[in-house]
Amino acid sequence: MKKIFFALMSLAVVTQGFAQSEKFTKAMTTNIAQFDSAKTADDMLAVSASFERIGDAEKTQWLPYYYASLSEVIYAFMKNDMANNDAFAQKAEQLLNKADAAQPNNSEISVVKAMIATLRMLVNPQQRWQQYGAVIQTEIENAKKQDPTNPRPYYLQGQNLRNTPEQFGGGCATAKPMLEEAIKKFDAFKPASGIAPNWGKSQTQKVLDGCK
Amino acid sequence: MSNKYTAMHHLLPLLILLLSFLAGSGQTVISGKVKDGKGRPLQGASITIKDTYDGATTDSLGAYHFKTTEKGEQTLLTTSIGYKLQEQKITITGATLHIDVLLKQEPNELTAVTITAGSFEASDTKRTTVLNPIDIVTTASANADITSAIKTLPGAQQVGESEGLFVRGGTAQETKVFIDGTLVNNFFFSSVPDIAQRGRFSPFIFKGTVFSAGGYSALYGQALSSALILESVDLPEQSSASVGVSTVGLNAGFQKLSKKKNASWGVNYGYVNLAAYFAAVKQRPDNFKIPEFHNGEVNFRIKTSKSGMLKFYGYFNFNDLGLRRPDIDSTDLKNAFRLRNFNIYGNLSWKEKLGRKWHLYLGASYSTNTDKIGNELQDQHNVPVIIPFEPYDTKSFNVKSTGELAQIKTVFERRLYGLSAIRFGGEYMYFTDKNDFTNYYTTNGIVKADDHFKAAFAEADLYITNDLAAKIGSRFEQSSLLNKANLVPRLSLAYKVGNKAQASLAYGIFYQKPEKDYYLRGYAFNDLLYTRATHYIANYQKVSKDYTLRIEGFYKKYEHLIKTYGSNNNGIIDSVGNAGFGDAKGIELFWRDRKTLKDVDYWISYSYLDTKRDYLNYPYAIQPNFAATHTASLVVKKFVTKIKTQFNGSYTFATGRPYYNFRYNNSAGKYVIADQGKTISYNNLSFSVNYLPTIGNTKAKKFVVWVFSVNNVLGSDQVFGYNYSYNGLRKDPILPTARRFYFLGCFLSFGVDRSDDVINNNL
Repeated sequence: MKKIFFALMSLAVVTQGFAQSEKFTKAMTTNIAQFDSAKTADDMLAVSASFERIGDAEKTQWLPYYYASLSEVIYAFMKNDMANNDAFAQKAEQLLNKADAAQPNNSEISVVKAMIATLRMLVNPQQRWQQYGAVIQTEIENAKKQDPTNPRPYYLQGQNLRNTPEQFGGGCATAKPMLEEAIKKFDAFKPASGIAPNWGKSQTQKVLDGCK
Repeated sequence: MSNKYTAMHHLLPLLILLLSFLAGSGQTVISGKVKDGKGRPLQGASITIKDTYDGATTDSLGAYHFKTTEKGEQTLLTTSIGYKLQEQKITITGATLHIDVLLKQEPNELTAVTITAGSFEASDTKRTTVLNPIDIVTTASANADITSAIKTLPGAQQVGESEGLFVRGGTAQETKVFIDGTLVNNFFFSSVPDIAQRGRFSPFIFKGTVFSAGGYSALYGQALSSALILESVDLPEQSSASVGVSTVGLNAGFQKLSKKKNASWGVNYGYVNLAAYFAAVKQRPDNFKIPEFHNGEVNFRIKTSKSGMLKFYGYFNFNDLGLRRPDIDSTDLKNAFRLRNFNIYGNLSWKEKLGRKWHLYLGASYSTNTDKIGNELQDQHNVPVIIPFEPYDTKSFNVKSTGELAQIKTVFERRLYGLSAIRFGGEYMYFTDKNDFTNYYTTNGIVKADDHFKAAFAEADLYITNDLAAKIGSRFEQSSLLNKANLVPRLSLAYKVGNKAQASLAYGIFYQKPEKDYYLRGYAFNDLLYTRATHYIANYQKVSKDYTLRIEGFYKKYEHLIKTYGSNNNGIIDSVGNAGFGDAKGIELFWRDRKTLKDVDYWISYSYLDTKRDYLNYPYAIQPNFAATHTASLVVKKFVTKIKTQFNGSYTFATGRPYYNFRYNNSAGKYVIADQGKTISYNNLSFSVNYLPTIGNTKAKKFVVWVFSVNNVLGSDQVFGYNYSYNGLRKDPILPTARRFYFLGCFLSFGVDRSDDVINNNL
């Protein structure tokens, strides 16, 4: 009798655990699909909130907060309301800090850190260039060191160079090799799982196409 | 059997639990609207059931809708950027739930009203920034002098014959400068007759500047008109070295940031010699001792914890200059003025967070200043002459004046709800001043004045709502020199009247002790009082990222100003008292626009000032000679990316200032106005170019800035006032030392971080 008890008990526990992780993966997959297909800033904000809900419920997972922060950053870029970037950046930073605590020294998180610094810089580039320019650079370098196979720091650096005036050492000429390097890395990149970060290739291609 | 039954009985709940997990259950629909405190729908608010994935984001009508499988007692959480998290208990029974949520605005530094009456803030930390440090160095007329840039803001006068900020009908002495909270004695280089001196400190050592043209905080005192509050920079971004060469001198510096980026130290040295410049550009006075300045600086900054910062700044200066001008009383004679100045300044400050809600600010500073002044009456061959009768007998003299100030200041701050906070603390200053005076009649007449000055203050920032804030403060001061104490109120209110607009009011009483000269020159006085000013200020401002509009009106009442009494025309004062009074009222406008014209940033300021005072030897209340009725400035900056060059221009206009000759009338037994007039209006068009060949090049190891500037490009006549001869028959205009001022310099900085890496990698 005791055997049946334990058998059922363990079945229950396993099923529960399995159901939980399946539920997590399923929710993440759905959200990532929405993230990939978000067309408007408002869609992106809804995706961010949705990821945050998963993060708050799971607590130990870094990916939900990572995506929540990333989509908050992209939301801010889509919204293009520079004066309020500090508020969006602050929210994205709070989310990313939780991801960072669960998964320190992660290359993908460093990429988002660089993106948040970019948001803050854009509030007033003339005054903030020195402060946040240095942060962007450091975080991109960190991301490359933490995972040399990660194509996203290369994409980010290429995009930044593309947006820098030629007189300041930017423009297509310097951006192109960086973007091509990124594409090569994207081709070779194998995400750790179905829900691990795997975005950016099409964006890179788009920036690269704009340079032809 | 019975055993089996019992077992089944025990297992039953477990099975039900298991089944419920596997099967899932009925979904409940939760919907509703989210609104803000004013009943407007909130878009983008996130709603969730705590610890579940279930939730939604509101649409443009504030509506949300989601399904959940949760049952029973749950917590519904609603959040949105800029609003307080709202938590509420709900019970889910399966029936559709309709829940409307009201979100309260979170007091937020970005959106909250700020108290702005009377003050211009120049830092990057707040959005209300009007001028930032870079703006100061790129203001064409300023030549990288902090106070010269401040003079392009409303409130300050264009006074060219003496240094300092003359604000809203106040004298230069009525403006005090504070660095990291503590008072700075001798902020400007020591006075030279009829020539305004620059500030001693480089604008690059400050990250923030607050120029308060009135109604300033209870944390500061002893300034009747205005406070210039400077905050020094924190840790540098990286180690660097710098070198500069210009038409006036050389400078070099080094900054080292520790590997862990938690501490830094630095040294700077500058040498100024005007020999080459004076040879190239003719000066009106005869500079028999070409001005020479040695300037040294040391600093260290240590991050004492995550939130703590200890900073030290030390300054040393020695300068020597001498100039000769014709004597006003005799065409055969000359006046030779020689000044040697030695100055040391040190400032140590520490700020730290104590627990979750407390902040501590500690500041200590010490300064010592020695001026050795020699004035000599000379003949046409520059040989000293002694003429033992008036007015020549008192023209030759030597004076050595030394002034020391040691002070310590402590401020505690406790955060209250939201952005509200209270601050309180105290300060102690010990002034020692000494004059050693020698002339035809006196040898080594030494006079000393010591003052133990104590102050205590308390202030509360009260945010009644996000849109309404009050700052209420009080200050107590006691001076041992006056042997008197005072207690004053300070009050300001700010109310947000629109998305980007706000209105503020400020009121305050300000005391200032009489200048040290009145104690050092041996005048007869009996029980001097604090001079006193009362400020009333109303302000409207609208600020966005692209433009700033400010309109400010003020009324200032002066009481107990210093009056001087004499009975002759040789300038000798018999006694001093506190019978002076006056007032000032005016309106000021400021407009800055960074957007309308492409890549052009410009600002316009205008000040209207109506002021009269009876002080010193004025016979009655008149418009003082340092006050112009109308002053206006236009500052324009344009960066041309293509050639990496910034072009800066500025134009300042001020209506003429009055000038007077006061003469003692024996029959009336008092001073009367023997002659008066108004100077021509003041015009100054200045231009500067900054060329930055390496800007934006992230691979560059050095950063180069070329600066070229011309002050008073058009060579407009500028007259700052008139000097009268002893007999009152002759008056000479006070003119700038040259019609134009030119500057050319090249400044290089090297980020040494990377070269260090290169060296280390090769070892």
